[in-house]
Amino acid sequence: MDTEIIIESLPRLLDGALITMEITAISVVLGFILAIPLSVLRVSKNPFIRWPVYAFNFYFRGTPLLVQIFLIYYGSGQFQEFLSDWGLWHFFREAWFCAILSLTLNTAAYSCEIFRGGIEGVSFGEVEAARACGMSGSLLYRRIILPAALRIAWPAYTNEVVFLLQSSSLVSVITLMDITGVARVIAARSFAFYELFITAAVIYLVLVYGVLFVFKRVENKILGHLNPGAASS
Amino acid sequence: MFDLQGYGHLLLDGAKLTLAVGVGAMVIAILIGLGASLCKLSGIAVLTGAAGVYTTVIRGIPELVLILLVYYGAPTLIQDVLKLMGMEVYVGVNPFIAGTLTIGFIYGAFATEVFRGAFLSVPKGQIEAARAYGMGGVLTFRRVILPQMWRFAIPGLGNVWMVLIKATALISVIQLPELMRNADIAARSTRKPFTCYFVASLIYLSITVLSLGFQQWAEKRAARGVRRA
Repeated sequence: MDTEIIIESLPRLLDGALITMEITAISVVLGFILAIPLSVLRVSKNPFIRWPVYAFNFYFRGTPLLVQIFLIYYGSGQFQEFLSDWGLWHFFREAWFCAILSLTLNTAAYSCEIFRGGIEGVSFGEVEAARACGMSGSLLYRRIILPAALRIAWPAYTNEVVFLLQSSSLVSVITLMDITGVARVIAARSFAFYELFITAAVIYLVLVYGVLFVFKRVENKILGHLNPGAASS
Repeated sequence: MFDLQGYGHLLLDGAKLTLAVGVGAMVIAILIGLGASLCKLSGIAVLTGAAGVYTTVIRGIPELVLILLVYYGAPTLIQDVLKLMGMEVYVGVNPFIAGTLTIGFIYGAFATEVFRGAFLSVPKGQIEAARAYGMGGVLTFRRVILPQMWRFAIPGLGNVWMVLIKATALISVIQLPELMRNADIAARSTRKPFTCYFVASLIYLSITVLSLGFQQWAEKRAARGVRRA
């Protein structure tokens, strides 16, 4: 094993780790912002509101992320004129933008279904009590249903964030220099394939278990009152 | 509806290879999952530890990195090791075998957790009854635990299959002409990338829909001996 090349390329791999974290964080935040209203629409009693969201979720959960990335990055070229007319071609030409867009839509679909489960899991007594206090509509959602739903959905949402962090490695296929991208370029040039991919794998492991640690801390904080046996932190 | 300019058959050929890789990988994942979950439940520290390391490490690394590691890294690693032993050989890996093995190996870690839960769901009384009849460990496992465990495992295995079949798209990166790779070729030749990738995505979607139907049928069949209130 060539340890020299690992040490030599470590700074560039860490730069890649920053890109990975940046892309993941932006997509997680945007996906979250998108998924919350979508999940409220998803549980609507009106089928004309519920079905479009269901179809969106079904498509993005039923097809591979790689196809979604290619559809947006390469597929947008087919509509170049149209996108130029609207002044959007500028964005779709950028791999970075396409990566964020596809990861955001993908995680929004998965998160929406997770939050839907949370909303449906809110106990009816809480909703009834809120109604009795005179809350309705957005106030009821904002104060009672969504906070309770987020607590219920948190463990499942943690998994989704970890999956997204790992899936972000696919952006290396559309030329972005994240951890995987950097490892591929250096490996192709130096033929030190396993050295670099193992190093990349270790960096991902650290990131994944770091995210898990942080999310577990948050979980203890927001779900601690339901688990009085555990030591409070 | 979609003009594929004669590239439709290429996508269908790709879909067949995608299914072949998916089924092969699923078989490997089930075998690894059964073995590793038994290791986890064995109570023997070395086996429990090894299975724990396997599931923890594999689930923390992106599939793409593992595929690249096996396809590009494993041959050079073997060459380097053989070189140390004084042998100069060239090792190449077939992308079909590398892809199937890697995907199977990754999703074996997810199947392990499914099987572990399923084994624990078999009521203790069943095992005690088997013991009372004088059955030993292996016989109890084969006749009592294994047949009943499947009912609990099917929903989880269904999820693993759904994620696995989508993960096979990543093998296109190592040039295996499966659905994604062929869609790529068609997109370049026809200069209609959106149409080609969209048709490919619809093929993946139909595989998902068919799998959901099959899963429901399998769940019903596995639960046919269960009394319902």
